[in-house]
Amino acid sequence: MVHEDPGEPALLYVDLHLIHEVTTPQAFDGLRLSGRGVRRPDLTIATMDHNVPTTEGPIHDPLARAQLDALRANCAEFGVPLYATGSGREGIVHVIGPELGLTQPGMTIVCGDSHTSTHGAFGALAFGVGTSEVEHVLATQCLPRPRPKTMRILYTGDLPFGVTPKDVILGTIGKVGVDGGVGHVLEYAGEAIRALSMEGRMTICNMSIEAGARAGMVAPDETTFEYLENRPAAPRGADWERALERWRELSTDADAVFDREVEIDVAELEPQITWGTNPGMVAPVGGVVPDPADVADDDERAALERALSYMALEPGTQLVDIPLDRVFIGSCTNSRIEDLRAAAAVVAGRRVHPRVRAMVVPGSAGVKLQAEKEGLDHVFEQAGFEWRRAGCSMCIGMNPDVLGPGERCASTTNRNFEGRQGRGGRTHLVSPPMAAAAAIAGHFVDVREWAGVRA
Amino acid sequence: MGGGAGVKAFRALTATAAVLDRPDIDTDQMVPKQFLKRIERTGYGEFLFHDWKKDPAFELNRPEYAGARILLAGPNFGCGSSREHAAWALEDYGFEVIVAPSFGDIFFTNAVQIGLVPITLPAPELKRLIESVVGGGELTVDLEAQTIADSAGGVVSFEMDAFVRHCLLNGLDTIARTLQREAEIAAFEARFPSPVETTAL
Repeated sequence: MVHEDPGEPALLYVDLHLIHEVTTPQAFDGLRLSGRGVRRPDLTIATMDHNVPTTEGPIHDPLARAQLDALRANCAEFGVPLYATGSGREGIVHVIGPELGLTQPGMTIVCGDSHTSTHGAFGALAFGVGTSEVEHVLATQCLPRPRPKTMRILYTGDLPFGVTPKDVILGTIGKVGVDGGVGHVLEYAGEAIRALSMEGRMTICNMSIEAGARAGMVAPDETTFEYLENRPAAPRGADWERALERWRELSTDADAVFDREVEIDVAELEPQITWGTNPGMVAPVGGVVPDPADVADDDERAALERALSYMALEPGTQLVDIPLDRVFIGSCTNSRIEDLRAAAAVVAGRRVHPRVRAMVVPGSAGVKLQAEKEGLDHVFEQAGFEWRRAGCSMCIGMNPDVLGPGERCASTTNRNFEGRQGRGGRTHLVSPPMAAAAAIAGHFVDVREWAGVRA
Repeated sequence: MGGGAGVKAFRALTATAAVLDRPDIDTDQMVPKQFLKRIERTGYGEFLFHDWKKDPAFELNRPEYAGARILLAGPNFGCGSSREHAAWALEDYGFEVIVAPSFGDIFFTNAVQIGLVPITLPAPELKRLIESVVGGGELTVDLEAQTIADSAGGVVSFEMDAFVRHCLLNGLDTIARTLQREAEIAAFEARFPSPVETTAL
């Protein structure tokens, strides 16, 4: 913290600023208009992710090409390192930060993207900002921020077989609501979180914003340190030892008081499927599409009716009976190596249903390379999946990967908003194993019931 | 550019109020992704609620809301994506004030950055305001007095963080404000050298 006056937001120092093509061109224009520079290009890193095609070859969309060219020119003008497509280090901004070891415990990290909360998995304070604040950070390396409220979500019990971190966070959002975390920073705590890998923790922190919270965090521990050791930007030698000492002090005090506390028993969780048009509209795999007639509140009932109308679903339909046209495995939520391994384990030796078009988009060039080393690309391709290049792809549909009107997709992404994956497209959010199983069956299935599947 | 020079100061406004009383309106609906490829800062008003506006029954298509500069909306307005384009589009369309029971955190900050006034009002009080303008009507928003008045003489007070209000009333250039702390920023950098160096990777 650089400065704090009573009654005013604190001035925070930003240790790492991640940027991408979509939310930065106007910020760089703003710098030029005001004659300001980039204060710390050495704490800034750029990648191309949102609108890059996931197929080989040139970019046909002139607007996308112009935006990528603008990023390239801006990075060159201001000396910001850029991992462009083809560099071997490109990928979704929230996948490459951790992968390169740039994301470290105790840091303050911002990015013009709401899923910046992902980096909270390392015990960093990480949150999304708009373009004006991107400009603010470029110019000053600081950001004024009021002190947020705090909320702890304590997870007890052991995660059952076939239930993944994605199901944990979807179940959590279903419980607290899409505005449950507004104004708060979340801490995900408890033995069930401690037992998770970094990939799993990132999946959970990633969707904090879907619960309304700008940031979500997990206290760093040995799992964190093991993940970071020897990554390109991680400290080495004596610096590593000093960093460990510092990082070990970053846990929450035992007697810490939170503004709000929620407890969730993960042993009770089932695989989750969203049926509506926001991530809080979610039910366990054994459930049914809810009936608006059961809702007493007029506003809630109207919202439910609109959601079911958009999703073309009848109340009472078993979720497993919903037929699918598309399956997408990817996004900053679920495109890391563990996600791809879990999905590949489900599809190995099986075939994608003839009606379904299924696609896997690794989160980064690094993840793609690792998956190919393990032969996962062959597993997916032999099953009938398309194996693509890294990017945000059909999570946001800014590149050519989009749903057609009326198409229904099982997706490992983070938002089932109307039109999110393509105008008129219908998105159901699920875990990677659930998406993989749905691709094979052509409809949702309870992945726990598939013999021989280690989800 | 929001945050930088040229943020408009806001004191008070009497204008037509439009009602969009749906919960959890996400920024994807305000500006769908295909318009985020533009590198310009202006001209997003025509894309506001692009898909919803195709429905003739959509609230903002009603003739009585033509020229509205105040928007009364449902809870958690502006949830989801951080795209500031959503705030730019609302402003470019003509809105100067948004009143809702709650806002998405990032949207709220983005709105303040560009001088679009987000007012949080408890749902019951907002419902009464909505009833006063359904079918068309004006409201007067006074940021100095922190009140909203309807044309029948009803007045409701609202709360707002003092610093946010100060920024909106004065159209503050927050970047210039931070740059005034240059000496402190430099001292911080000297004391806490950065743990990473992106240019050395």
